[in-house]
Amino acid sequence: MRLKIIIVLTILTGITGSPSITIRPEVELVDNKQRISEQQNLVTETDEVVEDVMATGELNPNHYPAQRAAKVVQHYINTLYGSPFKVFHLHRVHSGNAEDVADSGRKYQLEISVQEMISNTSGKCSAEVFFSRGDKQHSPQVQVMCEELLKINTTKEEDAFYQHLKKNTSLLSAEYLPDSHGHIEPDMKPLWHLASVASSFIMLNESTQDTLFNMAQVANVTQLATESDQLKFEYLILLHEMVSQEIIRWKLLVSWCPPEGVKVLQMEKLPHCHECEKPPNTN
Amino acid sequence: DIFCIYLFSNGISFSVDSVFFLSCETIRTNKSLPGLRGLRNVENIQYLSKTSKSRNSHKTGNRLVYQNLITNWMDQIVKENPDVVTKVDYGKTYENRTISLLKSERGGSSKKAIWMDCGIHAREWIAPAFCQYFINQLLQTYKTDPKMEQMMKNMDFYVTPVLNVDGYIYSWTDNSTRLWRKNRTPGPEGCECLGTDLNRNFYANWGTVGISFDCCSNIYPGKSAVSEPEAQAVTNFVGKRADEILCFLTIHSYGQLLLIPYGHPNVIAPNENELMEVGLAAAEAIKKVHGKQYTVGTSPDVLYANSGSSRDWARLQGIPFAFTFELRDDGTYGFKLPEDQIQPACEEAYSGALHIITHVHDKEFIKPTGTAATVAATLWTTMMAVFVTSTVIV
Repeated sequence: MRLKIIIVLTILTGITGSPSITIRPEVELVDNKQRISEQQNLVTETDEVVEDVMATGELNPNHYPAQRAAKVVQHYINTLYGSPFKVFHLHRVHSGNAEDVADSGRKYQLEISVQEMISNTSGKCSAEVFFSRGDKQHSPQVQVMCEELLKINTTKEEDAFYQHLKKNTSLLSAEYLPDSHGHIEPDMKPLWHLASVASSFIMLNESTQDTLFNMAQVANVTQLATESDQLKFEYLILLHEMVSQEIIRWKLLVSWCPPEGVKVLQMEKLPHCHECEKPPNTN
Repeated sequence: DIFCIYLFSNGISFSVDSVFFLSCETIRTNKSLPGLRGLRNVENIQYLSKTSKSRNSHKTGNRLVYQNLITNWMDQIVKENPDVVTKVDYGKTYENRTISLLKSERGGSSKKAIWMDCGIHAREWIAPAFCQYFINQLLQTYKTDPKMEQMMKNMDFYVTPVLNVDGYIYSWTDNSTRLWRKNRTPGPEGCECLGTDLNRNFYANWGTVGISFDCCSNIYPGKSAVSEPEAQAVTNFVGKRADEILCFLTIHSYGQLLLIPYGHPNVIAPNENELMEVGLAAAEAIKKVHGKQYTVGTSPDVLYANSGSSRDWARLQGIPFAFTFELRDDGTYGFKLPEDQIQPACEEAYSGALHIITHVHDKEFIKPTGTAATVAATLWTTMMAVFVTSTVIV
């Protein structure tokens, strides 16, 4: 009888739990100082070593390798299809795959969603991005196939804008698009979109597996007189590179007309401006 | 009504030559007020007041506006909530400006706390706006929301609206300074550039990955770990209270990410699984608000490797939950988030932060093996001891 009671009580105690205190995980880190010094001593590796271990095979679509490659696809699509009324932005990466190609480089296969910002429509694309390795550093090579997305019709708006500027006797110019508060005057938006497309050429050229580019700002834009059908603009554009967190300044000569699309005629990378008090003279 | 202040300090441009400040009144659709050229139609805008003596300081333009705005706002919060909030000055910047936080103190000797800092990087303007929004939400909801009331009773909140005051004010100077990131300490001798990346300056694997020792670089980690007064301020204040602090949230932009420790790819936090779980749930909460996707993961997985971050340092201090929030957007406007996105960005981030804070609070104060169960267990053990003893004796 006594034994039964003891057994029952023991079991019941077990079920209700011991009166001991719940241990917080932090208690493991008893000696913070030691742990810190562990951390400090742990790493003497350079960035190179870290980068050597690159993801191969199926990629996590949320991790940076797939994301950076997908951004390159965005830039590429904009160079081909972008206009003052059509700008594409990477929306999501659904899946990705990477493989080394002999010694020449690395190929990514991606399934992504891309959004056209002005019409706010999105669609899926399949893409391949090839980053070359070694001495001959080329810009990434891209192939892409998208659903209906790229057939968005903006002819009316483009023609209207084009005609408006062609007829205008004065030449357009603007600075700081957007302004410090993210604002862009509505009639300046097409120039901002045009800048996004033009800078896509640069961002495409400059992209590697170690970079992620976005256009940060149009510092200034000046329309130039032309005799041809093209409209011509000189831009000073600020790009943001995410990994280095640098702001990189580019001077671009851009031409556009509806039938021919956006072309970058000249591009010049400007030196790092440590304390830019004002936009430098472009002369 | 503090709603306006963060809108004002982050979203409204105004003419510099007629810098006089209006008294805090509700302004509806009146666009023709002098000195408000460029004002866009935002409802319920209110402005801090100052006398016309400030006309003489128009040359420093936006800088002075801003400097006074944030300190004035903090003072006003304290004035309006004297039994709940105090302002604590806990450091000085390189240019000798005060670094302050607002502390909410409702409980008695609770001595557990949540830390939040914003504006460690100057150009990430949405972050200080969020800190202001967060404080505002706390102060509004604790009176009516029993959960918030409970949390505020059990935990103190330390919120620093702007950590890198010098850099932030510099980024307000004019359009050409808008994209400044670092603080404003002079570079090492011989360097033509200035500024240290404060989020690479903390004593956490300092100077190893994700940095550049080029003093002109935007990820220059400083001449040594914690060389910067702003980093020292946080290190001293948080360091003394590391046992108290349950959660360390540091707010940045852009990218729509929730980053967990550590910045080095080979260093794993012991509670990484839990951090991921809580982070993913927070991202779900964020998505419910306005549909924006936030990616969760360690910095090296999701973004890039880095070292010397405040988040890593906090985790190394034993603070179990440390997150970096990268707020809107995903690159379209980047650092220059348009005004009409300030409110939604803050709302969704608040939802995410609240989820984490609630989890942290409940884990500490509402344990499954909590008081009630402990008592029951003790009772059983005692009874068993009595029985055993009695049977032995008898």
